[in-house]
Amino acid sequence: MSQVQTEAKPAVTRSQALGWLRKMMLIRRFEERAEMMYQKQKIGGFFHQYSGQEPVAVGSIGVLREDDFVITAYRDHGHALARGIEARAAMAELLGKVTGCSKGKGGSMHFFDAEKGFLGGHAIVGSHIPLAAGVAFAIKYRGEDRVCLCYFGEGALNQGSVHEAFNMVSLWKLPVIYILENNQYAMGTSLDRSSAIRDLIVRGATAYGIPGVSINGNDIELMAETTREAVHRARHGEGPSFIEAQTYRFKGHSISDPAKYRVQEELDEAHRNDPIVIYQDVLKERDWLDDATIERVAEEVKREIDECIEFAEQSPEPPLEALYEDVTLAPHLPQE
Amino acid sequence: MAVITFREALNQAMSEEMERDDRVFLMGEEVAEYEGAYKVSQGMLKRFGDRRVIDTPISEEGFAGIGIGAAMVGLRPIIEFMTFSFSLVAIDQVVNNAANIRYMSGGQFTIPIVFRGSSGMAGCLAATHSHRLEAWYAQVPGLTVVLPATPADAKGLLKSAIRSDDPVVFIEHENLYGEKGKVPDGEHLVPLGLAEVKRPGSDVSLITYSRSLKATLAAAEELAGEGIEAEVIDLRTIRPLDFEALLASVVKTHRAVIVEEDWPYCGVGAGIADRIYQVAFDELDAPIRRVAAKDAPIPYNRYLEASMLPSVDRIVAQVNDVLYKK
Repeated sequence: MSQVQTEAKPAVTRSQALGWLRKMMLIRRFEERAEMMYQKQKIGGFFHQYSGQEPVAVGSIGVLREDDFVITAYRDHGHALARGIEARAAMAELLGKVTGCSKGKGGSMHFFDAEKGFLGGHAIVGSHIPLAAGVAFAIKYRGEDRVCLCYFGEGALNQGSVHEAFNMVSLWKLPVIYILENNQYAMGTSLDRSSAIRDLIVRGATAYGIPGVSINGNDIELMAETTREAVHRARHGEGPSFIEAQTYRFKGHSISDPAKYRVQEELDEAHRNDPIVIYQDVLKERDWLDDATIERVAEEVKREIDECIEFAEQSPEPPLEALYEDVTLAPHLPQE
Repeated sequence: MAVITFREALNQAMSEEMERDDRVFLMGEEVAEYEGAYKVSQGMLKRFGDRRVIDTPISEEGFAGIGIGAAMVGLRPIIEFMTFSFSLVAIDQVVNNAANIRYMSGGQFTIPIVFRGSSGMAGCLAATHSHRLEAWYAQVPGLTVVLPATPADAKGLLKSAIRSDDPVVFIEHENLYGEKGKVPDGEHLVPLGLAEVKRPGSDVSLITYSRSLKATLAAAEELAGEGIEAEVIDLRTIRPLDFEALLASVVKTHRAVIVEEDWPYCGVGAGIADRIYQVAFDELDAPIRRVAAKDAPIPYNRYLEASMLPSVDRIVAQVNDVLYKK
């Protein structure tokens, strides 16, 4: 992973930068505490941590308008929080509670928030890539200047429908930005063992005539700037973009994965390059931040997550009748 | 009442709905410039332009997903599968996304989409192009599954499907496209989820849908010659099932034969028979019988293929069985 490229000239205002830092710290804390809740068996199913990748979601979503759309895969907690889904609704969803952002029907992999333009949380690898194309199709169909950001892992590049969608978004010049979060591992299979071509820009962008760049996604301001350019093109009818954001997940693929396929030295190196610490240092260099402020924000975030856990634990389970609710908009007639 | 073909009825339904609602568009392989592999969308490109009648590459999974994504944010797509046999490569999108997103999002997103196209044993197309997948889709909560048998129903049901706020799998039988029938003039809507008695009778209930309606009505005619009055019920929608209509008929006739073109094991008729048994076992004077396709892949050879279809002879034999006439 390359070193931070954020230049001395900031790409953001101070308050924006501090907001992004706070958001990254919130995501980190959320994931750490959620993992503890999982260990206590208060959360079931599959659970995929975002720790280590925070700048990718926060930097890119940070340049969107409120009326834009975001869609992602199953490692969705970070994107949801970055988009402004309340931590309490996210935590309640993990606990399966009726106050969750999907009323306890979706769980960790299926966060949704219509008001925030957050279109999921999708757990079949690659299946949301065509959905993002459809959202962009609708934007263009209605003559709007909105955009759709779509996140996925490098593993998704091996799915067929992903390539079908890439071809059509380029053919029809649809306003979508595909952000490949290359965290180096598709579950336990490294890129070397799964991709005939190492250059993912060639596979995902060049092959379809889509402009593509590979950047250090853990450099939050570079992530933001790169996304801003792509969004600008999309809003002006210039079609899709492809950004490969190099990043690193601190944890295993999911909570049940001890990640024995990677060596300790690699993990130690990643933790030394913790993107949150690096951004704190960048902001300190600019005199925008001091240690006291970091401590204060950490304390605020801690309290917010404590509060959201309490909220989630005290929220009611969905009533049993909820089983048949929200199947269809028309009355659902169980075929029993 | 005009007499038009099944194909024209579908075309009218789509055109009328696109005329009244700009959110509706048609997307699929060869739907625009070629005017449809089966000419269902004839003239629509000229009438609505390439913004709303859209040719796609051969990428069923991709464009099915594009339709669903567009529906999530408020459009009302009609996605044409050249045949439902090809929907097998898009089934992840139909089942995992179209049927589930409303539920998984706690009701925040609706998916008003129609997946439509041809289906069935249409003559010497062999195993890969002759699928009848209605039982597969009918098992999935969240989907509505419609199979019209007449031009009037094709038009009225497709218009209702396009107006539905939920995903509809709308399966047309390839051999019906040229069938002619009377279609009411003006705005003609047939509600989803309602069966229709196509021929009243009192001795036995013949329950069917789609192309099998023809053989079933012909069998009823033949039975009438023997003094047996069969009631023919066209399900039209197989999910949700119009169980009230079935029950009313079975309570009257005390005998039922289900006629379907899909495979027998776990087929539509198996699910229907189970529901009738659960509620009306005591009403039955004979076990429910089924006439389905034979349990084999669909052969190319025309005689072998014909032997698989629900025929008048096979239906009459099963009616005689439930009437204990040997």
